Amino acid sequence: MTRQPFIVDFLQNDKGGKVFISILLVLMLVVPALNLLVPADSFFHIPTYTVTLLGKYLSYAMLAIALDLVWGYCGILSLGHAAFFALGGYAMGMYLMRQIGDRGVYGNAELPDFMVFLNWTELPWYWQGFDMFWFAMIMVVLVPGLLALVFGWLAFRARVTGVYLSIITQALTYALLLAFFMNELGFGGNNGLTDFKDILGYDLQADTTRASLFFLSALFLIITYFLCRFIITSKLGRVVVAIRDAEDRTRFIGYKVESFKLWIFVLSAMIAGVAGALFVPQVGIINPGEFSPLNSIELVVWVAIGGRATLYGAALGAVIVNYSKSYLTAAFPEIWLFALGGLFLLVTIFMPKGIIGLWNQMRLKLQEKKQLTTENKIE
Amino acid sequence: MTFSSRKNTLRLLSFILILLVSVSYSSVGLTASVELKTEAPVVADISFEVATANLMAGNYSDREKAIKILLSVDDERVLPVFQRMLKSKLYYIKKTKQLVFIEKTDGGYKTTSILNNKELGLFEKNKLKKVKVNNKLRRLLRSYIARLGIKSTDVAVRKAAVKQLLKNINEETIAILQVLDKQETNSAIKELVAAGVSIWNLNSNDKTVQLAAIKALSKSLVPEVKVKLQEIIENTEDASIKKAAINSLKKIDSKISTFEFLENLVFGLSLGSVLLLIAVGLAITFGVMGVINMAHGELMMLGAYTTYVVQQMLPEHITTSIFISVPLAFLVAGAFGVAIERFVIRYLYGRPLETLLATFGISLILQQLVRSIFGPTNQAVQTPAFMSGSLEINSIFAITYNRLYIFIFAIVVLLLLMLILKKTKLGLQVRAVSQNRTMAKAMGVKSEWVDAMTFGLGSGIAGVAGVALSQLTNVGPNLGQGYIIDSFMVVVFGGVGNLLGTFVGAMSLGVFNKFLEPWSGAVLAKILVLIFIILFIQKRPRGLFPKKGRGVED
Repeated sequence: MTRQPFIVDFLQNDKGGKVFISILLVLMLVVPALNLLVPADSFFHIPTYTVTLLGKYLSYAMLAIALDLVWGYCGILSLGHAAFFALGGYAMGMYLMRQIGDRGVYGNAELPDFMVFLNWTELPWYWQGFDMFWFAMIMVVLVPGLLALVFGWLAFRARVTGVYLSIITQALTYALLLAFFMNELGFGGNNGLTDFKDILGYDLQADTTRASLFFLSALFLIITYFLCRFIITSKLGRVVVAIRDAEDRTRFIGYKVESFKLWIFVLSAMIAGVAGALFVPQVGIINPGEFSPLNSIELVVWVAIGGRATLYGAALGAVIVNYSKSYLTAAFPEIWLFALGGLFLLVTIFMPKGIIGLWNQMRLKLQEKKQLTTENKIE
Repeated sequence: MTFSSRKNTLRLLSFILILLVSVSYSSVGLTASVELKTEAPVVADISFEVATANLMAGNYSDREKAIKILLSVDDERVLPVFQRMLKSKLYYIKKTKQLVFIEKTDGGYKTTSILNNKELGLFEKNKLKKVKVNNKLRRLLRSYIARLGIKSTDVAVRKAAVKQLLKNINEETIAILQVLDKQETNSAIKELVAAGVSIWNLNSNDKTVQLAAIKALSKSLVPEVKVKLQEIIENTEDASIKKAAINSLKKIDSKISTFEFLENLVFGLSLGSVLLLIAVGLAITFGVMGVINMAHGELMMLGAYTTYVVQQMLPEHITTSIFISVPLAFLVAGAFGVAIERFVIRYLYGRPLETLLATFGISLILQQLVRSIFGPTNQAVQTPAFMSGSLEINSIFAITYNRLYIFIFAIVVLLLLMLILKKTKLGLQVRAVSQNRTMAKAMGVKSEWVDAMTFGLGSGIAGVAGVALSQLTNVGPNLGQGYIIDSFMVVVFGGVGNLLGTFVGAMSLGVFNKFLEPWSGAVLAKILVLIFIILFIQKRPRGLFPKKGRGVED
């Protein structure tokens, strides 16, 4: 079988992907334009608050795609993926923290406020270099990647699979949660990192910066989608899916299952890290709460609701759940957990393939009906 | 399955149980009332009213005299006056010059007369004047409170009083201690008193007395002894005394480190018993059925809330309410468990990851349910009298009763569960279904019914664990969340489908945690334990005691 170039394959076969990318491209251009160019009193104006909110959803969507890559395609249910997201976020937060300089409450040019508060006299070694943007950006992918590499290498080599893997990934994020809560670790403890002022010299509160961040989130989401799509349609992707469906069989055929799993896991962690780095400047805070196991499980639900192993389904799920969360927690705070819990049940029992799966099913039925009617006519 | 032929384990466990019960009985302290006369200087037969009136004097030295006089007044009202004075809660009403105890309330200061405990009503702060004390007076008051406390018939009060006296041993206090030495019957207090006398003897000019005292002190674990011995080692010029002191200190240190070890062990086992309680229900649902029940923590929460509700209904009988709560919590949580199995999990067998998500959804719903009914704040669950207080082995080593009882309770629950699984028909069927479902069905076991009952059993035990937790932590909607990861760690560490594994896993994790804590701090210890488990799973992916034989891979 000759393989088509990726772009041709995408245009010919990936219907859902085309819709997804088109929507994103439109959003990417239209939202910032409506925010910046249209006067504030116009009907079409999009307030900066909404732009930021949408940007947040897009970074969540990116995280969801990262999880879909390992869960949907490789069958690794990570219950600690938010940890990689938070680590990326912390790396970005550290850069933003250093950018504050002497504008903090204590006016110390070198040390962030919380370190001055702890009576520290100099910057710990692991904070060195974070005043440089390029270094911080390398760390955004490197730190989650390294953690995933070490953790994955240990876990996959020992053939920890299924539920056991899920539980120890949860232990991992729980351990990180406890660790980041400690003041002595030097990441701001309970309060985390916040009070950011500017990024690369641009004021974080400015409308133009907000709009640019949204633009970047959309752009990175598109890149992520293409990257993941490229991987899963490649030969490597086929092997990964084979591992998901029959791990032992793939191993017996002669593939090094562990290496494939590790590869996908590390890549996914890196994408999660980038998503975290996009999330933090828009939200303006990163704290240990992001490590909480609940976040990781919620993330799994986004993917499950949207539809596993479709990539765009995961993104859709992330946006839908987070939109309803923003809406419900504000309008009916009592209802939110009921709704979320109910969604868990509904999706797992009645919609194992998520919204996208449901949509495909309905389309299939319609097609069958059409076929039947045309056949009847011919008769 | 490894539930079969574990007679030795059962025997071992019951032995531990018997041992524990016997320890708790044998060391109930001997109480006896002692009448003591203090050797304080008797100034005159002054009445309580007159003596206290002097306390309102203007300067500190007058007040000091007044306190000294008051000590000699033989009146049981003296002690409360000293105590409140120490806490700066003794005031007098400016207008009437009446001395009162005050209690701050929302509407002002509630006053009670020191003479007859009559309430004198609410006062504004500016209508009252505090009987001021300085550090010198505070010291005086503390030692006087101790002297009066020695007369108490309550062993605990007497003990605290003696401990207070030991902090500052001088001619006066040693006289009191010597008198007490002859009259005291409680062995623990006697030990303290003897230590005090020996400390005094260290100052003696007679070298043999000094040496004897040093030697005697080597048996004592009172903190003050160590300080005194160190002082001697630093200051003395006599080589033989120095040597003796170093020897004694060494003995004490080795004793202390033994008890520290024991303390860590006991705390570890106590933490382990909590872990055992929270994990043993999971060992059934996860271990036997292979169902990951993320709502396990919330079932414990239901058990804890059941305790709360029962206590609300029986506010007069806290002890009874606990005993009612245990079976009731089992039923409540068990019923929820059966419902969860029937309505949700039944559709998801063979899809463990989906089960995980669905049960997590249930846990969120249960949390919100409790929050909607009882409110988001923590509820106060009272501890029954028999569980408060502590068993003091010696002056540096004590076990609180609630730890002891929860340990016993955890073992009993484990034994009962083992009995159910081994001796009852349900247990037999549960084991059969978990070993080979198809074959069990072919033999006529109603596997669906067994599934529901097994899940109900595991959930019921979670509820029972909740009753125990209600005595240890805050009862709130988030109670379950804090424990769910711990309980999974225990089950995964111990090995799935194996109650013995759960027992060993829980106890060793508890002990491991407590031995790390002094060295690393509580949070870091927990992190290290988590990392340890993550690494351990690499070495033994199926836990300490893995399932053996056929059907392991499914």
